Amino acid sequence: MFDEMKGNGSTGGAIRPAYTALAAWLDEVKPDVLDFRRREAELLFRRIGITFAVYGDPEAQERLIPFDVIPRILSAPEWETLQRGLEQRVKAINAYIKDIYHRREILKAGIVPEDLVFQNPVFRPEMNGQKVPHDIYVHVAGIDIVRTDADTFYVLEDNARTPSGVSYMLENREIMLRLFPELFSRYRIAPVENYPDELLQTLKSVAPPTASADPTVVLLTPGVHNSAYYEHSFLADKLGVELVEGRDLVAKDDIVYMRTTEGLKRVDVIYRRIDDDFLDPLVFRPDSALGVPGLMSAYQAGNVTLANAVGTGIADDKAVYSYMPQIVKFYLDEEMLLKNVPTWRCREDEHLSYVLDHIEELVVKEVHGSGGYGMLVGPKSDKTTISAFRAKLKSNPKNFIAQPTLALSTCPTCVDEGIAPRHVDLRPFVLSGRDSIRIVPGGLTRVALKKGSLVVNSSQGGGTKDTWVLDR
Amino acid sequence: MLSRTADNLYWLARYVERAEYLARILDTTLRLTALPLAYVGASNEWESAVATAGCASAFFAAHDEANEETVTEFLAFSTSNPSSIRNCFESARLNARAVRTALTIEMWDTINSAWLELRKWGNGPASREEFARFLRWVLESSLRFDGSAYRTMLRNDAYWFSRLGVYIERADNTARILDVKYHLLLPAHEQVGGPLDYFQWSSILRSVSALTAYHWVYRENVKPWLVADLLMLKDEMPRSLANCYDNLMQNLDRIANAYGRQGPAQRQARTVRARLENSRIDEIFQTGLHEFIEEFIEDNNRLGSAIAQQYLM
Repeated sequence: MFDEMKGNGSTGGAIRPAYTALAAWLDEVKPDVLDFRRREAELLFRRIGITFAVYGDPEAQERLIPFDVIPRILSAPEWETLQRGLEQRVKAINAYIKDIYHRREILKAGIVPEDLVFQNPVFRPEMNGQKVPHDIYVHVAGIDIVRTDADTFYVLEDNARTPSGVSYMLENREIMLRLFPELFSRYRIAPVENYPDELLQTLKSVAPPTASADPTVVLLTPGVHNSAYYEHSFLADKLGVELVEGRDLVAKDDIVYMRTTEGLKRVDVIYRRIDDDFLDPLVFRPDSALGVPGLMSAYQAGNVTLANAVGTGIADDKAVYSYMPQIVKFYLDEEMLLKNVPTWRCREDEHLSYVLDHIEELVVKEVHGSGGYGMLVGPKSDKTTISAFRAKLKSNPKNFIAQPTLALSTCPTCVDEGIAPRHVDLRPFVLSGRDSIRIVPGGLTRVALKKGSLVVNSSQGGGTKDTWVLDR
Repeated sequence: MLSRTADNLYWLARYVERAEYLARILDTTLRLTALPLAYVGASNEWESAVATAGCASAFFAAHDEANEETVTEFLAFSTSNPSSIRNCFESARLNARAVRTALTIEMWDTINSAWLELRKWGNGPASREEFARFLRWVLESSLRFDGSAYRTMLRNDAYWFSRLGVYIERADNTARILDVKYHLLLPAHEQVGGPLDYFQWSSILRSVSALTAYHWVYRENVKPWLVADLLMLKDEMPRSLANCYDNLMQNLDRIANAYGRQGPAQRQARTVRARLENSRIDEIFQTGLHEFIEEFIEDNNRLGSAIAQQYLM
């Protein structure tokens, strides 16, 4: 088991260089001081109103994601490795989506099976032959990364639709700066606060050619009842753009406007945090009250840019994920820098029988699942759960993939019994604009607060940490 | 600015103002009902409180009798009465949350803390003492909100729309008190100035926090036509109809200047304002206090819809 602070030695191992100052500080600081700051942090979060909703839990309409005050630290060389890998991956994802909606060479070459694309419910035929500004589909990607030892990082999942969590990256840093100034003085930490600025530049860079030199950008939210609403309003505020709901927008003659107190105002770029299905009731789900009738037509006419583009879901489900090394090779003619977790596709008979034989050791996931729902962690599950899952798997194997249970790295974390190692992952955010790919050094570190647990999702009792990337 | 944002700001301010008004009505009613019957007469003050709050029909649909228990529950804590103090704070926060970014930290903090605090009160207070504390807390929350808006908001359309909400609601509230109590203000032939009237009149003043102001303005005993004069026509009285319309005019004009366009809302406000300016209290009493107030309430509603039409949709 690899610990980010102590390395591979289970106890008493040498402190890894990036963590020396932190470890020294943890030794000095009195437990009650740490505990006090921890409660202070919670109070701050509650007052700022950073909450999220847990679906299906009426008792907790608004809940705080637990915040852990001990930062997760990455050295400069570690970050540079990640950065190169992320850039490469997102470039390949954009090329892949463009190809699928245009020439489909990767299908013709027989590298990705056709049914994986065409039978995928998130494939959008509306996008066939559709031009998007500068061929960028995924303007904001959240790539989930885990680590198993000092040199090995894996990509666990690509999020190419509407990845969330970046507000925590920013707020966690703010809170840490407020609560632990003395700790910051012992490190040189790369800032993340320029993320909104980078995001705005990215969004403006993909405005339609018809837009003015200073395009109007808005953030489209499903509304206050969405679990990520806090993030939407937070980002709109930091970007200095209007936070709109579907009912604030109107499409007339293929142009999108927002309703303002001074009449209708033209909109050029929509950073939408609402799923494809709900964008436009005339094209997608007719019962959607969240979208804008006529939006797709305006989009297809090229009068408004949607970020991310429609139909990017074909690049981020877990079955496509398993083809990512070939996808990178095909478009960039490069070896993939960031590894994929070995993945068994249950759609293939050989793989399925392996998975059924080894289910106790594997993690089995739904191809379209997210948020840690609908998955089985073999080693942590009892016999009845496993046999129930086995039945589900047999009845619809296409719907599942399986991966080995990775020994995720741990990071020291404040828990009830003191400071103890807990498993973590990392979600950096990758911005793709006309001119460049931008990645703010850091990301969202999620931590599984339950001892031994590997599920870091906030909906399943996970927490977050500030992520420090050290400057050279 | 988005029409919806303006709408949220407007309603946020209205709900906070309404919560404060309900707290004042309840406070005044508690005081009146604490007095021996001889001082207040046999009228049912709780029934009058419900009428003043403007929700008599909703109340009697749910309850047979207006008494301390049913009315406090309905006006303060009820989840089914959309205008209870609880729901006012609930709606205020929902509106605030929807425009989180248009608010200053201080405003958000006030409204969010009030909402968090409200949960502690559960389904109501255990005692009268606790209830009195609750009402004080409501007043304080409203004052904090108003103060934080005044002290921290940029003076732009966001501020002006939120002010419109305050004054439309306030004008409506003051007019409603007068409407329910108008019969008490009409000069009676006999017994003017008896203890019964004194407490009723002073309770009207108290419910708009104007009892001290009255004495400063008139330096006289409490007289019904002066109470009406103060609450309707005196510019310097912060809750008078005249003052509300001064403020409505000013804020509407600022919006019109910023947007470069006057509209129906400005014209409507000007008409009402002119009517208040040109009225004298003795003439109002002669031509009919009740009719005057009823018409005012309608006019005020009309202004509300004009603002909505022009800016909020």
